[in-house]
Formats: sequence, C-alpha cells, structure tokens
Amino acid sequence: MTLEHEVDRAGDATRERRVLERIEQLRQRKPKVRDERITLAHGAGGKATHALVEGLFLEAFSNPILDELDDGAVVSVAGGRLAFTTDSFVVSPLFFPGGDIGDLAVNGTINDLVVSGARPLYLSAGFILEEGFSVADLRRITASMAAAATRAGVHVVTGDTKVVQRGRADGCYITTAGIGVLERPVTLGTGQVRPGDAVIVSGPIGDHGVTIMIARGELDIEADITSDTAALHGVVGALLDAVSAVHLLRDATRGGVATVLNEVARAARVGVVIDETAIPVRPAVHGACELLGIDPLYVACEGRFIAVVDGAYADAAVAALRAHPLGEQAAVIGHVTDDPPGLVLLRTAFGGTRVVDTLVGDPLPRIC
Amino acid sequence: MRFVNEYRDAATARALAARIAALCEPGRRYTFMEVCGGHTHTIYKHGLEDYLPETVSLVHGPGCPVCVIPMGRVDDAIAIAEQPGVIMTSFGDMMRVPGGRGSFLDAKAAGADIRMVYSPLDALRIARDNPDRQVVFMAIGFETTAPSTAMTVLRAAREGIDNFSVFCNHVMILPAIKAILDSPDLRLDGFIGPGHVSAVIGCRPYEFIARDYGKPVVCAGFEPLDILRSVHMLLSQLAEGRCEVENQYTRVVPWDGNPRALEAINRVMHLRPYFEWRGLGFISHSALRLREEYAAYDAEQRFEVPGVRVADPKACQCGEVLKGVLKPWECKVFGTACTPETPIGTCMVSSEGACAAYYNFGRFTRRRVMEATRV
Repeated sequence: MTLEHEVDRAGDATRERRVLERIEQLRQRKPKVRDERITLAHGAGGKATHALVEGLFLEAFSNPILDELDDGAVVSVAGGRLAFTTDSFVVSPLFFPGGDIGDLAVNGTINDLVVSGARPLYLSAGFILEEGFSVADLRRITASMAAAATRAGVHVVTGDTKVVQRGRADGCYITTAGIGVLERPVTLGTGQVRPGDAVIVSGPIGDHGVTIMIARGELDIEADITSDTAALHGVVGALLDAVSAVHLLRDATRGGVATVLNEVARAARVGVVIDETAIPVRPAVHGACELLGIDPLYVACEGRFIAVVDGAYADAAVAALRAHPLGEQAAVIGHVTDDPPGLVLLRTAFGGTRVVDTLVGDPLPRIC
Repeated sequence: MRFVNEYRDAATARALAARIAALCEPGRRYTFMEVCGGHTHTIYKHGLEDYLPETVSLVHGPGCPVCVIPMGRVDDAIAIAEQPGVIMTSFGDMMRVPGGRGSFLDAKAAGADIRMVYSPLDALRIARDNPDRQVVFMAIGFETTAPSTAMTVLRAAREGIDNFSVFCNHVMILPAIKAILDSPDLRLDGFIGPGHVSAVIGCRPYEFIARDYGKPVVCAGFEPLDILRSVHMLLSQLAEGRCEVENQYTRVVPWDGNPRALEAINRVMHLRPYFEWRGLGFISHSALRLREEYAAYDAEQRFEVPGVRVADPKACQCGEVLKGVLKPWECKVFGTACTPETPIGTCMVSSEGACAAYYNFGRFTRRRVMEATRV
C-alpha cells in the first residue's frame, strides 16, 4: 500500500467517526413530532412511538414520576410505596392459540406492575365495544380475564363500558389499569444499571408476535406455536427471592427484546452487547421469522422479561429462573458495557458484529 | 435450523476468511460491488465485513427495488389510491417511500385505502373479495418479482377478475449495471451478481460485463457464507488472471435461467422505451409495462395518472450511493437530515437500502465495535 493510500484511509476513518459522532449527538436530542397525522408507526413501539410519547405526551404531562418512563409509576402513599400502571389492548384477532384479548389485558397490566418490583393487587377494566359484537364472545373474554386474575391473586375492582356505532371500533378494545404494592426493599430502574451487569432473558422470545401473525391467516403459513401470554408474578418473585442484586426488570412486549435493550442503553447511557447464539428462540418461531424477513429480536413476547443483574449473580439468577416453569429456558444473553453508550451491539451467530437499533415502525400492528 | 445454519457456520467462515486473506496481493486494494440489496442486507445483518481484510471493500449497488423508485411514481400511485373506490396494495417496503407529497403511510393516514400484501396473489384475492372496489397492485422489483406479477395478471384474466389492475414499475437489472459501468467516476474490480434475479434470467446475460468491461462477475446466494465464497471466487479470478462469469448459487440459479418465468414476463409485459430511476435518471429500455393485450389490467390505462416528474431533493445523494461512488456516511445529509424516521432518499427507507442498512446495523466504526464486543 502506498503512503498516499494509508493517509487516505486514516482520513476516511476519522471523517467517518466524526459523522457518526455527530449522528449520536443528534440522536440524544429530545425527539419532535413532525408528522401532521397519526400513522400506524406511532403505535408500533419504535422511534415514532418514542417521538410521540416524549415530544407530545411528556410535553403536556411532564412530572418527575412520569419522566422516568418506566413500565409502571412508583408512587409513595401514606408511608408505603405503590406501583400504578395502565395498558390498552386492541389485538386482532381477539382469540388466538394460547390466549385471547382477555388474558392479555389482565396479564399485561399485572406484568407491568411485577417488573416495577410490586405485588399486584387490584385492576380496573374498561371496555369499548362495537355495536353488534357477540355477547357469547364477550362472555368468553370476561371468563378468561376472571381466570387470569384469579391465577395471579388480583381482583378487578372497578370498570367501565362504552358502546360505539358499528364500524367505529373493531369488536372489542380493553383498557386495564392496576395497582400493586412494593414490599421488597429493592430499587429497580435504568438508574441502577451499570457496566459489568449481566442481561438475562426469561425464556424463548417472539412466540406471541409470531402466533398473532399466523393466527391472522394472511400468510398461508402453519406452525405449531402458541402465545406465551402469562402473568409473571411467580417467576419474578422467584428471581427476587434468590438474588437481591437485580438492577432492572422489563417485560419484552411491543418492539421485543431489541426495543427494551435500546431503551435501557439510552436511558442508562451504557452499551449493551448481546450474543445471538445465546438468545433462546423456538425453531418454529425462527423459521417463521426467516420466511417473513423479520428479526425475532423485535417480535413481541407477552410472558417473557429481561432482567439486568449484577454480573457476579448471573448464574444464581439463571438457576432461580430455571427452577420456575415460566423460566425453564432462561439464559444470559449478554452484558452491559461502558462503551459505546446508548447502543446495543450484537455478536452474530455467523461471527460478525452489528448494531441492533430501534425500529422506525412495525410491519405488524395490533399485536396486543 | 436445517438448510440455513449450514450457510451461517462461523468455523467455515473463519477458514474461508483465511483463504481470502491469502489471495490478496500485498499493497493492492480490491473493491467489489454487490449489485443486489438482499446482499447488502445480509452483509450488514450478519456482520460479514468483520471477516474481510481491510484492503477488500464492498460497495452497495442499485439492486434495491424500492431505492430506485423515483418520487414521481410514488405520487402517481398515491393519486390512483386517492380515487374513490380504489384499494391500493403493495409490499411493506413501499409504505414509507417518500414521494413529492408524502408516502403511502401518510396517504393512508389521510384516508386512502392502502394495504400491505406479501404477494400479488394476495392483491388478487382482495379484488375477488371486494367486487365493488378497484384493486390496484403497485408492482415493484427487478426480474425477481416480475414473473409473479405476470402470473397474477394471467390468473386475473383467466378467472375474469376485472376489478384488478397493476401499476407496473418493474425494472431490469442489466441496464442499471451498464449505466454504472459507463459512469466515469467508478473504480470496481468485480461484481457479486444478484442471485434471485439470476434465478430468472440466468448467468449468461452478464457475459458482456466480463467480455466488454473486463470485470469478473460471480452470481451469489443470500446467506453470509454464499457471499464470502463469492468474494473468494472473485479474488481467485483476479489472482489467476481470469475474467469470467461464475455461478456460486448453483443450488438456485440455472445457467440459462428459468424459461417459464421469462415466458410469463414476455407474454404479459414488454419494454418501455425509457424509465426514470431514482438517482440514476432516465435509462432507456430499462423497465417493463403491460402489453396492449393486457391493457385492461394496466392501472396506467385504467386510471387518470398525473405522470408528474418530481426532481430528487437537491441535498439527496442517493444516485452517488446507488452507483457506489459515495459510501452512505459520505452523503451530506446522511444521519442528520436523512434518517430512517425521516428519509429524504430512498436508500434510507428499505432495509435493503445501503443507507438504511448502514444506519441500522453498521453505524459504528468497525474498530470500536470490535473492541466493545471483545470478551
């Protein structure tokens, strides 16, 4: 190589680094909502959702509790700590292998409380029903909600019903809110995450999203996959009982594991490096994702969570999770690093490396 | 997973990487273009460049179907979609491609009925299920997807489904490669040929590249080991002083292509005199439209199409990126004004676009990534 070439290459590398640094700085800025109308991308959990939440909702409602943007809010009331959260469910189809909108609505809100470190206590349920909706279907949905609540030891203690004209909704939408109590002395949150922590996933990823895709019948694919919808209070309890050095819990719902890890990397200003071969994915889910050109890292789960744990306790945490039926395939998938802050990197099964970014939109709307 | 894992084996990749390094002449730099966006996606998704010596670089070519769609065609499609009673259908990749007046996603939010399909046959099914609506399929892609569009038109004709039509934007790879070869600011040592296109047209049509332009071509599959093997085959040709067309993707690509697929294209479509490519401008005989016999299924004849031409935004350097003259990060607006959230150019939209692939997967200097991921 000539000297000129060497100089060129060094210059190139420096210029490239400068461009990339500038981009990272831009990405740290508060997102703005530039769109004139809401598109499906705003509901997908990716960058457009972030922009809407941070650039519009947070602007209107900002306060120290909301600004944390955690799955649930932790509030102090009369000397105790409560977790409070809400979630809406618009899944299509309403019934799918492994569950229905009813279990999803109960489990989803329970899980948001559980990953805040709370024991779930009470739920509310709001129904928006379309004129003409089958009462038999509604009965089925409420029965599975009741069963899910009983399994988790929570009660639906308040509710609301609205009916809209035919064509103004799609059958049945449900909004649940929940309250739980923080009884353990643990503090969970992105503020606790530090380099050296292990990143653990509680089980195989992507089951729910792929199940819904296939249940819609639009793809002419058949596969023996069921939704993983489940309440996580038991398995999270087992983890917190065994290991006190848990720094963060997040359920990997909309946007999947990749989105959760990006949120963590960005909020905690750390890098997250994960190993593709360590991530549990069922063969049928892997196969369906290959066919559809989707990365399972971005596919929603409804019964899996990410735990960030002090690296020294990683093995103990995995052992505790694996002892529980909902954590049998739990695995350490990566670790937290100090560099590069704000980015998630993947060591691919092929042996290369790449960035795992947040998606802009989602090709699969209405999965929960 | 069988039939996939064997093409992603890291141990095989390491062995191949050593053979690649051994073939490189000290002090010589090699630049190969992967023509197809599918290859670009594979290269970034699997982190394939980690296996290449620093002296071998890959530049990303024009073979990303949505990246070459000019803004005016998006506006035309939206104009059709906005007509009363129309259901516009297209592949998911098209939804965010910016036209002069926004994207399909914007038009959908404003009230147009635009639906994502996985195959033109899905669009035909929507037409069958909605006999009182006009269903239009926005057909995009190279020779890879043209046969399925052609077969769908043939089926619509056979079944007498007359509320279905195609807004045809099928383009052809050879004129684009020729335009790149004729471009004066290009220095390439060879091509990684597009595997899926070649499954239809075969390897023979590339012979002019080796013969007239003196550049070797290796038609490659889409798994990471396919691409590494193709790089090895190109380097072997250079080392041995050969210059020919070779087929790495023999499990899919027949040397003479797929005669039935070619026949379907020929029956339903014929060459347009010229067609505008995003960033590359007008290229003669580079795209297809429906033949007169199938005019009833041609959305351009069935609907009022404005046919506007929208100039690419001034700041956009998609053309240079598509030709491989600029690396994505060298574009003036890369990552600042033009991001996957707010794309200015088409290269930033599709996951097969060079800029989107680099932004989403590769947005980091290699060395820093290597250091961060070292255990």
